[in-house]
Amino acid sequence: MTDFWIILTGTLVAATCGILGCFLVLRKMAMVGDAISHSVLPGIAIAFLISSSRDSMLMLFGAAVLGLITVFLIQLLQNSGLQSDASIGIVFTALFAIGVIIISRNAAHIDLDLDCVLFGEIAYVQWDTWVWNGYDMGPVAVWMLGGTLLIVLAAIGLFYKQFKLCAFDPALAAAVGIPVALFHYMLMGLVSLSTVASFESVGAILVVGMLIIPAATAYLLTDRLSMMIVYSVLIGAISATGGYYAAKWLDASIAGAMVTVAGILFVLAFILSPSHGLVARLGKRRRMNSAAA
Amino acid sequence: MKGYPLEVSHLTVAYQKKPVLRSVSFQIPEGKLIGVLGPNGAGKSTLLKAVLGLIPALDGEVRIYDRPYREQRKIIGYVPQRESVDWDFPTNALDVVMMGRYGHLGWFRRPGTKERQIAMECLAKVGMADFAGRQISQLSGGQQQRVFLARALAQNAQLYFMDEPFSGVDATTEKAIINLLHELKEQGKTVLVVHHDLSTVKEYFDHVLLLNGELVAAGPTEETFTPANLHSTYGGRIAMLADFATVPSGTV
Amino acid sequence: MLADLIRWFTDPNMQWILAGSLLLGLGSGVIGSFTFLRKQSLLGDALAHAALPGICIAFMLSGVKSVGLFMLGAIIAGMLATFGISAITRYSRIKQDAALGIVLSVFFGIGIVLLTKIQHSGNGNQSGLDKYMFGQAASMMLSDVYMMGAVSVLLIVVCALLFKEFKLVSFDPGFARGMGLKVAFLEQLLLLMTVIAVVVGIQAVGVVLVAALLITPAVAARYWTDALGLMVVLAGVFGALSGVTGTLISSTLSNLPTGPVTVLAATALFFVSAVFAPNRGLLAKWLRHLRSRSEVQKYAGRAVVHQSQTVERGTE
Repeated sequence: MTDFWIILTGTLVAATCGILGCFLVLRKMAMVGDAISHSVLPGIAIAFLISSSRDSMLMLFGAAVLGLITVFLIQLLQNSGLQSDASIGIVFTALFAIGVIIISRNAAHIDLDLDCVLFGEIAYVQWDTWVWNGYDMGPVAVWMLGGTLLIVLAAIGLFYKQFKLCAFDPALAAAVGIPVALFHYMLMGLVSLSTVASFESVGAILVVGMLIIPAATAYLLTDRLSMMIVYSVLIGAISATGGYYAAKWLDASIAGAMVTVAGILFVLAFILSPSHGLVARLGKRRRMNSAAA
Repeated sequence: MKGYPLEVSHLTVAYQKKPVLRSVSFQIPEGKLIGVLGPNGAGKSTLLKAVLGLIPALDGEVRIYDRPYREQRKIIGYVPQRESVDWDFPTNALDVVMMGRYGHLGWFRRPGTKERQIAMECLAKVGMADFAGRQISQLSGGQQQRVFLARALAQNAQLYFMDEPFSGVDATTEKAIINLLHELKEQGKTVLVVHHDLSTVKEYFDHVLLLNGELVAAGPTEETFTPANLHSTYGGRIAMLADFATVPSGTV
Repeated sequence: MLADLIRWFTDPNMQWILAGSLLLGLGSGVIGSFTFLRKQSLLGDALAHAALPGICIAFMLSGVKSVGLFMLGAIIAGMLATFGISAITRYSRIKQDAALGIVLSVFFGIGIVLLTKIQHSGNGNQSGLDKYMFGQAASMMLSDVYMMGAVSVLLIVVCALLFKEFKLVSFDPGFARGMGLKVAFLEQLLLLMTVIAVVVGIQAVGVVLVAALLITPAVAARYWTDALGLMVVLAGVFGALSGVTGTLISSTLSNLPTGPVTVLAATALFFVSAVFAPNRGLLAKWLRHLRSRSEVQKYAGRAVVHQSQTVERGTE
């Protein structure tokens, strides 16, 4: 049962992040995902302080608010003429620093291990179960991640064509009357939500990995957005499963191993992808050379 | 110096997927203004960058005054496209022009009063002396272009390469560039200019290179800038523009 | 509190640590100016995360906690990471941002696997590795501080000597190459120096926050001046100020890690610069905007008066 719950949790994280990651990668906003996953920390810390418990709903809310603040601040700095990557760097480091300070000042009240923030503790997922009317309903993390996945699926499913057009050509989207800013913040809100839902179980870094790596791998395998999303989720699920067994075999961090497996899959696609891989490209170039000679 | 200022043989360049230049060969004579012409995507800028070694060539050879490019860097001046740099960089016009002297300074040495003086003279030549201390983002497009030209002047080269210096500039700048080109020519220097306004070709250039992935024609403007050659460079699209070539040069 | 501070300043150990964090801030501010202008601000973040597996492998191979070896491992890992990022962007259609994210998380993932492997292997010597996550300047050994100071001085000296080359490479690499400058070498050198600054910075402020040491002072400095030389000096000063403030506050107040305090000090400097700097600051921009608007309104008002006069004349 342990195996099952951990793999299920990992796969849920992978699926949620994999879907959103495609849009981040296409909009060249991968590092915004990185920023959000770090800067939700003060939101979580403040939620902790207010409720003095691990009240999941409040934490979700606090983190989502912080996620939106992050995006807003980055946008503000960018509009004032600052490069986007510098804006991202300034905002997320400042917010993360505030989070760490809140946690370390209130170490007695906040039962949140800082290491856990970075690498998560997916191995403990199964112990924190949701008891409802005396029945054991399974791990809380699974419910939270499942709910987040449903929200993400519903949002992307309902507004697929709007999200697609905003990712491809925001100017055109605005011209045809799609509220680009609204969808931008919606996407960012969803990213913050999934970051937080995944946070406790897998940590900030795995969230980043799962947001970016499977989506980028899928981007090397297909030219269609719908297929890219499907591949991305599949690659994420394979990484979660493979990572779990690799970690068990190595006796090491599960979250770290999941990202490592995702990285291996990326390298494979990078070299071997039939359409965009290194081998295919070199072959093409060689043919061209011989044609030129 | 012996040999042609620039001799290119069988130069072939490709970006990721498709070849951009196919086996281009030509020589250019010394002390002339040479226009590089061709439709969009014909590889005009690519030719310049490949000659300067900024992008790798698949095949071919480039010789400058009969020696490889590497040994001749000091006698080459380059004016890149204006869009190639970040104009918000913290520096002023004079400073950018002084960058033209860095090649002569060598490692570690800092630019001093002599460099400052040369840079001021070059700025004056393009009519920008009054803007020496101006932050570069505060300059208009034409003024930025003139700063780039002044920087190339400061290099004090024998052979100049200019990538579309006339694109998007005001009339004052255009005149300043023309005067400068003629001054360089009088000093016996050779200038290669990527250009795309066909209506001014006869007025500006002694020689032209017509490029369309391959070299279509090269030679003195009178003989080379003909309707037939233009047609094979630009294809049917340019039927109307071919008129430029038939205008008698006296009327321009 | 005051007595604390005095005791603190007279303690030679602490003096060294202060000097170390001052030099570190100075060095990373200077290097950060170039990374910022080369639009590689987030590279520092990726490099910091990438350093983890290097540090772990250095520990696994040697079995000792030696800062010199850790730095060597981290530098090798950092250079591999920059190589990975440029390979991904050059040989595939993946853009810079995603390439950064991929390298950052994969390297860190591998690092965590190795770190947990070390911890689970029950090696009692491993304590201290986790200091690298959040940094703790006050608990640094004196030898670490010497190293940190020496490396920072080296970085500053190289930047001063090659200032003109670094400037040209950052502004217009194409022109620099055309001129015969060894652009590839200079770019590699700048990268190597960034890696070194990041690796040294990790000890003081930790993996996640070291990026701020490079970015924030440089961006803050940019608001005050349009001259690169002055900007680099200012960035160094801002960095040094943040380093000293961070170390002072975190060692006098208990329970505060150095990294976050240093970063918040830098952020405060950034905030002040962004708002109050003459010319480029928000306040100056806003005032300019207001003035030009009132001028436009004045002209518009005059034009209206003018028009009504002509109209009156017309009806005469």
